[in-house]
Amino acid sequence: MALGVEGVAGELRSIYATGKTKTFEWRVSQLKAILKITAHHEKEIVEALHSDLKKPELEAFLYEVSGVSSVCKYALKELHRWMMPEKVKTSMATYPSSAEIVSEPLGVVLVISTWNYPFLLSLEPVIGAIAAGNAVVLKPSEIAPATSSLLLKLLGEYMDTSAVKVVEGAVPETTALLEQKWDKIFYTGSGKVGRIILAAAAKHLTPVVLELGGKCPVVVDSNVNLKVTARRLIAGKWCYNSGQTCISADYAITTKEYASTLVDALSSELEKFYGKDPVKSNDLSSIINSYHFDRLTKLLDDEKVSGKIVLGGQRDKANLKIAPTIVLDAPEDSLILNEEIFGPLLPIVTVNKIEDSITLIKAKEKPLAAYLFTNDKKLKEEFIRSVSAGGIAINEIALHALEPTLPFGGVGESGMGSYHGKFSFDAFSHKKSVLQRGFSGDPAARYPPYTPGKLKFLQAMLSGSIIRILRALIGW
Amino acid sequence: MESQSHSSDDTTMIAESVREVRQTFSSGKTREESWRREQLKRLLSLLLEREDDICRALGQDLGKHHVESYRDEVGPLIKSVNYALQGLKKWMAGRKAELPLAAFPASAQLVPEPLGVVLIMSSWNFPFGLCLEPLVGAIAAGNGAVIKPSELSPVSSSVLAELVHAYLDTTAIKIVQGGVSVGEQLLQQKWDKIFFTGGAKVGRVVMTAAARNLTPVALELGGKCPAVVDVLSSSWDQKIAMKRILSAKFGTCAGQACIAIDYILVEKKFSSTLVELLKTAIFSMFGENQKENIARIINKSHFSRLRNLLNEPMVTNSIVHGGWLDEDNLFIEPTLLLDPPVNSGIMSEEIFGPLLPIITLERIEDSIEFINSMPRPLAIYAFTNSEGLKKKLSSRTSSGSIVFNDAIIQYVADSFPFGGVGESGFGRYHGKFSFEVFSHEKVIARRSFLVDFWFRYPPWNDHKLQLFKSAYVFDYLGILLILLGLKKS
Repeated sequence: MALGVEGVAGELRSIYATGKTKTFEWRVSQLKAILKITAHHEKEIVEALHSDLKKPELEAFLYEVSGVSSVCKYALKELHRWMMPEKVKTSMATYPSSAEIVSEPLGVVLVISTWNYPFLLSLEPVIGAIAAGNAVVLKPSEIAPATSSLLLKLLGEYMDTSAVKVVEGAVPETTALLEQKWDKIFYTGSGKVGRIILAAAAKHLTPVVLELGGKCPVVVDSNVNLKVTARRLIAGKWCYNSGQTCISADYAITTKEYASTLVDALSSELEKFYGKDPVKSNDLSSIINSYHFDRLTKLLDDEKVSGKIVLGGQRDKANLKIAPTIVLDAPEDSLILNEEIFGPLLPIVTVNKIEDSITLIKAKEKPLAAYLFTNDKKLKEEFIRSVSAGGIAINEIALHALEPTLPFGGVGESGMGSYHGKFSFDAFSHKKSVLQRGFSGDPAARYPPYTPGKLKFLQAMLSGSIIRILRALIGW
Repeated sequence: MESQSHSSDDTTMIAESVREVRQTFSSGKTREESWRREQLKRLLSLLLEREDDICRALGQDLGKHHVESYRDEVGPLIKSVNYALQGLKKWMAGRKAELPLAAFPASAQLVPEPLGVVLIMSSWNFPFGLCLEPLVGAIAAGNGAVIKPSELSPVSSSVLAELVHAYLDTTAIKIVQGGVSVGEQLLQQKWDKIFFTGGAKVGRVVMTAAARNLTPVALELGGKCPAVVDVLSSSWDQKIAMKRILSAKFGTCAGQACIAIDYILVEKKFSSTLVELLKTAIFSMFGENQKENIARIINKSHFSRLRNLLNEPMVTNSIVHGGWLDEDNLFIEPTLLLDPPVNSGIMSEEIFGPLLPIITLERIEDSIEFINSMPRPLAIYAFTNSEGLKKKLSSRTSSGSIVFNDAIIQYVADSFPFGGVGESGFGRYHGKFSFEVFSHEKVIARRSFLVDFWFRYPPWNDHKLQLFKSAYVFDYLGILLILLGLKKS
């Protein structure tokens, strides 16, 4: 079945070979084009996001439109610096010499995006790819169709389409793309598909970045400023696309003693945020589609879980909305505690001592992020030391993802590689080592015919010790 | 071949070994700075005390001279261990970063942590170097490690096992010896990183197996590393260049090295001079008894492969020096070829042996197009005094590294990374990069409860939107004005 996408990598490769995308001017022109898109089409973008996700306008603006434009502005501001070679010192072993590390584009790269922040998670990697001088194909998620077709339209109008292409489609098109040879593949999505991508990449020895997910825990200690904690927790769960965010708090852990206090605080703040009937609030995103809606309601309707709902549970199937729901102490083997939730359900797991939360977290796969609310210095240090995750935030949720000077990526099941800011540029670059030597002379010791004297000299050179070198030279 | 039947002893032994290392890692022992330092020091002792055993093994497997073995394996390893010991504290400490106003007050750090339990698979040409250099990084980064040396260099493999088990903490660091079947079984286990040095074909197998567990990999592969030789008029420059070229081909494991010079590119007008210079230098460097100063071919299979490369009709005719093969001793003398056909085996595959094709071009700049017609190699070399040519080569070709006026020597550097691109691989190591390739850089973002921006939370309105717009561009003044009601949207 000819889908029309079979030759796209090859097409881009010819364009890349002309050297066009490597020039500073081309990169700047493309980045500026993306800025124009966000500046002139904010309304359409917000509408598409509303159509796909019922995303509240402020969330759409903040995290997607403004998100993309600030990423782009940052890249434009820093590009010149990022493109500069990095001079490095050289050692005795290569003396005399000079060296630097030069960033080169990898070539032709593939970005496969996802549906929850369809605009941001498509364009942020693309911005990195362009900044690094690559030609790029973007495959947006078909699960957010309005955004996908808007991306096709807008990038088609504003970008250099010989080197920056959008390919829409679902599994068949993605498979056809994955069969081709890419110089890097950047994927955001699930671990299941991540494995497929990695196996496909292996055929061409293509390096990949996988931004996956996981169950991001939030541990709440009892010595916190409860009001602020509750608000930050709510923001970190429900204000990010109704929990459909890879770094939102998936589940919470607190002590048995503190649980009801926490639930009360959450309940009271939630009402301030979303009103008495949250399902009707315009400030809450919907679930992306009925498949995920059903998946989430099934988690709640599990007979061992439904009795543990302490807040929320209301749903509106027609509008694909689920109210912020809290479940207290669902059974350990229930799905809601074992699968990534990706929705507005917050299970709270209680432990005897707050330190036990660390053991609980370590028993699961490494998440993209782990959060801790506490004023206890010792607990903070222990948590940071023992919990492995892409990133850890103390007394905050998801914050680190918004900062371009911090790398954003997972470890283990939550992924490999990272991006944001300069890390995006680096993710799509090859760092070439450039070593310069002159002909000014060389210890004969390097070369055959080999003698014991030469051995002594080499031993001295590689040890870096001046005394030894002098002695070897004199013949001791 | 034998991959269908795995000996059940092997399977049990492998599973047990991995389990033990994982248990040790989970205990937290390998994360302690003291453990890492101790292991590195013991590795250093191993290298200093057992240099003779190591060189003897390399002599037996590959016919390497003691000095060559020291220069290429033992010496660099000693240097790397010392470098790691020196840098360890600083590397482990991580670094700080900034955060935007909307998060104020807050701080952030990047803290490295070990990935866990790593698998290192090595090749046969530098069996000690290619097992232990990555191990230095794995240890420095606090991991447990299992190493599978190549079975094609069996004496080195077995000496390595003996030495590691004698000097290092075997509850956390193990050598597993064996062939394809053992390799396959190791790949069935779950690793937190796999570091592979070898050929692209097996590299694909490794990465495919790793995909099942979402295991990140580093692949150090090969390629055809070209040496562009410009017209060199000074006889001093010529002399040095010849030494370096010959050493980087025949003097380094008889050309069986991923960063050996594979072929030369030269302008037609300089080519006959070059051939004469090379012949003279071969004689003065390797003299009458070449076997003493040049390594052997690893085994009969590779020997036949190399012989077949030479036996292609148009290729045989292009031999201008050497060509003598001694099958019993697995020895091939330094062989120069002038313009073998570009589509012959010797110019399409990675040679990995002491055969040096010299390809002539009209102009030296044509080398760029020639190099770009092939997959990106691990290294590109150029011997030239022309800054213009250097710039062109560096900006218009791509390779793992590019080295001017020398070759192979980039291997002993610590301050810049060693690794490939495209078909020559991905991932990098040496120096601090070895530490990084086996680490996860974890972000730690901290905030206090002191200040919270009320505009962060719903219900949303335009006022809050404006505040955000200002905050995100670090526009402090803008925020102040909005807060004071002095600035509108």
